[in-house]
Amino acid sequence: MSLLEVDHVVVQFGGVTAVNEACFTAEEGRVTGLIGPNGAGKTTCFNVISGLQKPTRGKVRFDGRNVSSMPVHRRSKRGIGRTFQRLEAFGSLTVRENVRVAHDIAQGVLGLVRPSKGDVDALLERVGITAYADERADSIPTGTARLLELARCLAGDPKLLLLDEPSSGLDETETDVFGDLLKELAAEGRAILMVEHDMDLVMSVCDEIHVLDFGSVIASGGPQLVRNDPAVQKAYLGYSDLDDDVHHGASGSSAEQTHVDLPAVEQTQQVPMVPTSGEARP
Amino acid sequence: MSGVPILEVCDVHAAYGRIEVLRGVDLTIPKGAVMALLGPNGAGKSTLTKIISGQKKPTSGDVHLGGVNVHGAGAEDLARVGLCTIPEGRSVFPNLTVEENLQLMSYAGVSAEAVKETAFAYFPRLSERRHQLAGTMSGGEQQMLAMSRALTSDPALLILDELSMGLAPLIVDELYDTVARIAESGVSILCIEQFARTALRVSDYAAVMTGGRVVATGEPEEVMETMSDVILGGAA
Amino acid sequence: MFDLGKFLAFTIPGLFSGAAYAIAASGLVLTYSTTRVFNIAHGAFGMVFSFFFWDFSVRQGINEWLSLALVVLVVAPAVGWAIQRFIARGLGEGPVSVSLVVTVGLLVGCIGFATQVYKPEARTVPPFFADSKPIEIGEASVTYHQLITILASVAVAAGLYVLLNRTRIGTAMRASVDNPDLLKLFGGKPDQVAALAWAIGMSLAALGGILLVSVVGLDYYALTLLVVNAYAAAMLGRLKSLPLTFAGGMGLGLLSSYAVGYLPTDGVLSKVGGIVPALFLFVVMIAMPQAQLRIGQVKGMVSAPLPSFEKAAGSGLGLLVLTALLAGAFSEANLLLVGTAATYAMVMLSLVLLTGYGGHVSLAQFTFAGVGALAYAKLDQPNLVGLVLAGLVAAGVGALVALPVLRLTGLYLALATLAFANIMDKLVFQDERAFGFNGALTAERLSLLGLDISTTGKYVVVMVLFFVVMGWGLLALRRGSLGRILIAMRDSPAACGTLGLDMRWFRVGLFAMSAGIAGVAGGLFAGLRGTIGASDFQFFNSLPLLLLAVVFGVTSVSGALLGGVGLMLLNNNPDLAPIIFVIIGFGAVLLAKDPNGLANQLFRVGRLLADRFGPRIMASLPALPSSGRADGLDPTAGSASRDDDSLVDVTGDTSAAPGRGPDVEEVATHVAPRG
Repeated sequence: MSLLEVDHVVVQFGGVTAVNEACFTAEEGRVTGLIGPNGAGKTTCFNVISGLQKPTRGKVRFDGRNVSSMPVHRRSKRGIGRTFQRLEAFGSLTVRENVRVAHDIAQGVLGLVRPSKGDVDALLERVGITAYADERADSIPTGTARLLELARCLAGDPKLLLLDEPSSGLDETETDVFGDLLKELAAEGRAILMVEHDMDLVMSVCDEIHVLDFGSVIASGGPQLVRNDPAVQKAYLGYSDLDDDVHHGASGSSAEQTHVDLPAVEQTQQVPMVPTSGEARP
Repeated sequence: MSGVPILEVCDVHAAYGRIEVLRGVDLTIPKGAVMALLGPNGAGKSTLTKIISGQKKPTSGDVHLGGVNVHGAGAEDLARVGLCTIPEGRSVFPNLTVEENLQLMSYAGVSAEAVKETAFAYFPRLSERRHQLAGTMSGGEQQMLAMSRALTSDPALLILDELSMGLAPLIVDELYDTVARIAESGVSILCIEQFARTALRVSDYAAVMTGGRVVATGEPEEVMETMSDVILGGAA
Repeated sequence: MFDLGKFLAFTIPGLFSGAAYAIAASGLVLTYSTTRVFNIAHGAFGMVFSFFFWDFSVRQGINEWLSLALVVLVVAPAVGWAIQRFIARGLGEGPVSVSLVVTVGLLVGCIGFATQVYKPEARTVPPFFADSKPIEIGEASVTYHQLITILASVAVAAGLYVLLNRTRIGTAMRASVDNPDLLKLFGGKPDQVAALAWAIGMSLAALGGILLVSVVGLDYYALTLLVVNAYAAAMLGRLKSLPLTFAGGMGLGLLSSYAVGYLPTDGVLSKVGGIVPALFLFVVMIAMPQAQLRIGQVKGMVSAPLPSFEKAAGSGLGLLVLTALLAGAFSEANLLLVGTAATYAMVMLSLVLLTGYGGHVSLAQFTFAGVGALAYAKLDQPNLVGLVLAGLVAAGVGALVALPVLRLTGLYLALATLAFANIMDKLVFQDERAFGFNGALTAERLSLLGLDISTTGKYVVVMVLFFVVMGWGLLALRRGSLGRILIAMRDSPAACGTLGLDMRWFRVGLFAMSAGIAGVAGGLFAGLRGTIGASDFQFFNSLPLLLLAVVFGVTSVSGALLGGVGLMLLNNNPDLAPIIFVIIGFGAVLLAKDPNGLANQLFRVGRLLADRFGPRIMASLPALPSSGRADGLDPTAGSASRDDDSLVDVTGDTSAAPGRGPDVEEVATHVAPRG
């Protein structure tokens, strides 16, 4: 049985269905990717799993238990940790204090068990933000704040990590290091469920990928399988106009291209590009 | 590209707090042209939209609309002189009825009656739902309502931000038919999309943005190649 | 047997007051829903406009209808427009505590204005058609004034309906509730819409006030407080729905009237009539649905710097020495004032904890102080045990209040506490079993560990000692694990939840601790005065308390001290009141830049001075910290407070790194609202 099972979850906002009968799982010791175009309902799924959003219908099972009606903090105590796409760091506190708060909360006996400074610093070290330890969290770069959220989350030693676009804001080298960290965390026996737009990262670290479109899972499988799935192509390229005659040359060639062009396959870039490394991508 | 371009963005920089999101954007749209602006999440496309539409002040650089520097003009002033911006997400008022939403579109200068007439003629479904609250309609219907503003207000420049976000392909197709029709009537359009081909289908030119800069511009065919790298390699 | 005559006799006045509440409440809802600013001063403006009406119609003898038109259609809208234009603009987007404090400031300003311009004297405003005979309906009768009030409410309802549903500007008003930025893209002007809403809101406040004034009487406070009824009606409509607001207003009017008519005239139930609106407000609040946790951006507040341990110790001891010196120099009356200032400062400390650190706004702190005072006096144990018990009783009451309103935040929480305070005031404090027959209960001064401190001078020093110790305690708490969690909860409740924090118990504890501090302050105050009454703890006083606390700095202990002195001067020294008002106004303007209040501004000045002159002074003056001060003493409370400032502030903390980042930094979140 999977650690996390999302079972026919539906979320409606007014007349808009953000999540539509979504079903997927995440396994211990594996990195699971949750991908899909903007507005596909990925973050809403995370909100449902972590308890911030009540589903209109459907169930969330965690560790063999239906947690659908459990409040946020109890789910966290049972081992669901998450980070946020739109950052939720404690802006008035320093980076180290952010992690200490998480540590204190996780200890349960507030203030009575002194968090050893070592624990907190070890977490900062592990995600690689020691240099920022004494900066206020509202003054650090986006990528660093995401790592901070991860460190904060790890303070509670969760069984399931929900990471919402964790690599956005990181440069290429940082992303590589981060990928290794993810694998390491999974190897410790955690389940990692990750919403991510960086396909290089997704393809290199995920053991399994679920593709969400219009709130439903349209494909699941390993990176290779998902990459070649026509439904995924269609979801990602918007309206798939394979036989479009308006710009036939362009679309014809690139329809073909998209199959070979997905990132795991090495290909030389034809147009000079400004590298995105190191740039803020909020 | 002759004559005065309808939109000229010159070396625009912008930041949220200390984080710079636009690092010198240059972009020109000739009169009557449809320009697709593509790029991955976080490239700065939406920020650029906000600056052109007057919702956000750039830290430096200029925006010229129809040859006039619109520095310091508010969003509502620009809207009244013919800039129609349909922002990302559902740009309708959820707690107003369809009819009331349409009524507010008359601020752009066309009478409320004429707005309703055009909108209902083009989207009969809206007519059926005229007394329904906009927020209770499906995403596609809400986007149709939003598009009605572009359709009825006869703008000088239309900015569409992520029109297709979260919508089924069939509906996106239908919306882009509307865009094509608006374009035929001579309206200049800036069409911002994360995912490419839907927008390229109706575009005369395309530009690719990433990391806060425009990294490629040209005919859709040329840009498509750049695009594949940026969108599928970088962020898809 | 059902007595139709009696029923009608209570229905008609009920409908009358209900109609007036409905008019006032709909103005409140209109303003709030279009601008997100809840105008606490709505009733106070109604009061001021009623004075204007009296001025025009009675004093100047202008025709009453012309006067009505002048006030309702000219003066009130102009005031509303000006407030939106110069004060309220942009407030709705900021934190609730700021917009609340600004409107509390307006309220205090209104009362200050009215008392200055219209000095207390007997004034009557006759009802409209005072000369016409009432219409007889069976045994009951309807006066023309009552009739036109009811008709006016119907006309207002119809007018608002047409405005909001049948006109473009009205539709734009509703649209700006949904999304003002989108309205701009449509070409609408949210600022104009907001100005119109304020203008109409003020008109309706004026109309409601003028219609009620012949019944309530022209009084600074009665009309101001009647607005609680309007809050209750507005809350029934969730601050959105005008029809429900009207229903709420009418229902409240009727309920209050029937409560007077049908409930027994003695016992606890007899008091219920007066608290129907507050009770109603409290119940509606409790029934509010749970708000979704906001998920948004990294928000940080730059708090006032935490002083180092040495600085805090030095400042505290300095303050004690100063008080001791004052105790020798001051007259009994002035010492009582110093003691009162210390009480206020301690109650403000309870706000530092709750509002400054925790981010919750309470309008019931004086009530908790009253509970503490009552418990201290009733326990009749004038020692530390009695005082601690009094604090614990207040803490218990605080926890009891927090429990039902746990789910509320921001404005709703503030209003729920206000309703609670109002209920306590009317139901408990004014009961003769509480503060006694003529509202005077005696309390003895406590003895501390067997030491005699019965003289006022010594007692005041002890009060300041309590303030200092509590201040140290708060600073220690802020530094520790609990303090960090408090700040974390304020910055991001959503993140705290997902990290496993059960915020409910934390909030109950926070409320209890804050109430406990206020309770201890109340107990000490009881001892200071010797006799205390219900009037010492009127719920209304919590409004200026919050105002001064925030203006002087609700994030720092020094702010509480300054605020306490300021509030004492405001309440007890009418000559200084205008100066205090200027300081409040000045401070309120600065709040927009720095939510940490005047105290923090003074810290900044202090740091600048210390950086520039500190080394030189230190080199030339190696004397004791207090030695240079004795000669600077001036035997007035005013300059004493100034000395306090410099004592606390110039020595202000230097450990805080300057320029630690912008006030509220928002990390860009412009991309993709959900993925």
